[in-house]
Amino acid sequence: MKILVCISKTPDTTTKISFTENSTKFNNDKVQFIINPYDEWYALVRAIELKEKPSAAVTVTVINVGGADNDAIIRKALAIGGDDAVRIDAEPDDAFFVADQIAQFARNEQYDIILLGKETIDYNGSQVGGMIAGLLDLPFISLASSLDLEGNSATVERDISGGKEVLSVQVPFVVSASKGMAEARIPNMRGIMAARTKPIKVLPPFASAKLTSVKKYDVPKEKAGPKMISADHPEELVSLLHNEARVI
Amino acid sequence: MSVLVYVEAAEGKFRKPAYEASTYGAKVGAMLGVEAHALCVGEAEEESLKSLGDYGIKKVWVVKDARLRNFDPMVYAKVIAQAESQTNADVLVLIQNYNGKAIAPVLAAKLRAGLVAGAIELPVIEGDSFLVKKNVFSGKAYATYEMHSPKKIISLMPNTVAPQKTENLATVQEFKPVLSDTDFKVTVKEVVKAAGSISLSDAEIVVSGGRGLKGPENWGMLEEMANLLGAATACSRPVADIHWRPHTEHVGQTGIAIRPNLYIAIGISGAIQHLAGVNGSKVMVVINKDPEAPFFKAADYGIVGDAFEVVPKLNEALRKFKAGN
Repeated sequence: MKILVCISKTPDTTTKISFTENSTKFNNDKVQFIINPYDEWYALVRAIELKEKPSAAVTVTVINVGGADNDAIIRKALAIGGDDAVRIDAEPDDAFFVADQIAQFARNEQYDIILLGKETIDYNGSQVGGMIAGLLDLPFISLASSLDLEGNSATVERDISGGKEVLSVQVPFVVSASKGMAEARIPNMRGIMAARTKPIKVLPPFASAKLTSVKKYDVPKEKAGPKMISADHPEELVSLLHNEARVI
Repeated sequence: MSVLVYVEAAEGKFRKPAYEASTYGAKVGAMLGVEAHALCVGEAEEESLKSLGDYGIKKVWVVKDARLRNFDPMVYAKVIAQAESQTNADVLVLIQNYNGKAIAPVLAAKLRAGLVAGAIELPVIEGDSFLVKKNVFSGKAYATYEMHSPKKIISLMPNTVAPQKTENLATVQEFKPVLSDTDFKVTVKEVVKAAGSISLSDAEIVVSGGRGLKGPENWGMLEEMANLLGAATACSRPVADIHWRPHTEHVGQTGIAIRPNLYIAIGISGAIQHLAGVNGSKVMVVINKDPEAPFFKAADYGIVGDAFEVVPKLNEALRKFKAGN
């Protein structure tokens, strides 16, 4: 069983966001970068869990589209338990471009499962997984909160509006992971040492297209601060919500 | 040329997001000088289908294939791609809900179409320039995307446009996609649904509780407030993690992102991960006994006080307000 886990590099959740070049570029300066939490905590860890099952013959390959400075997060993914890694050496600034790079790489490698997080916490698009599935014409299960394997058959739970669905699908397929699929892990010393010798294959980008680009960024207007209402007179809130905010 | 809007019906009828998407699609159509059509998969009443005309849709294509009763994004994308070809649509509009998030990227890959997932405004179209704005960095910023492809897909955040009603009827026509049994590769074994509650992502008002409520037995007063306001109930991550409330109610970065007109947060301190899921709300009310709770900085209205004293009084005030209006 061959599993491909796609990881993306994102700014840490608590990072202050700013932009340069007349608000057209994200400002990388002093930003702490991490593996996108959905990719790491849920997709990667679940793949490793499947590998650790007794009698499982599973290999986990990590893939990332990005420059050489992404090797640090790739090493972390290997320290958590990935077997090897591929980095496609290109700027990942359009979801279709990223998905197409991964799909073109995966097309010849016969992966059984392609796993990734439901979205990245920077561009919040939920796009790459569905695009990979679309490009490879594989079944796509989005927002999965659990994934179990028996032979070549998988049982997957998917979040739906107000509940969940339990699905059955045969490999190969693509899954995007939401919360619940696995518990976050911290790499141990053995993993960190082992990761140093695991291979990261760097490939030049495949020919593709960028279908969208960010023209400019802006930030929400700072709020003036809340209007405070006395706890003794919550009826004032009702009147403000009706007459001022006009939301009730 | 046309604009094609994908709409979903529930129990034969459309809910607000379908009317929002129709209104949005019709407005984009007007900008481009083309008709807006809609595609509905599944059982919708004839009256409901025609009613999309009220929101600017000229023609509704309806697909009645029983094999599509279960949702599969690959198959749905295939159906929509065929309808795109039939209607010669250059712009497709979907809603960024659970299903839309799954279909839109598959469709984008199949059509080699640029996708802006989670649009929060109408596009700005000038000559060949097609610009669409969305939230990025979990609501800490906006990005305006330029779309370079001839085909464009916009997946719209719920509550982005108000449905605009006119007095028109749409014509309804059946659309028969070409599907083979081998297209169906995913089997639905079980559907587990929480019954009767208002859909959180569609709700205009959301009443949400955190650990400050001390236990699941204290949610009655929140449910009462939600009833009085016609609101959905939600909760913070710790509350879902310790199973006081179901995971389906969890809003925030790891839960679902919502943008209602009014969000009332009770006993939630407002960690950045929680704010990431709710900061698109138009008006935010925060009730917390800690005056230093970070949530107050994001709020429009705040009450510093004990939820167990404030909420019953507020419910009383809402009851009086409702009786008088």
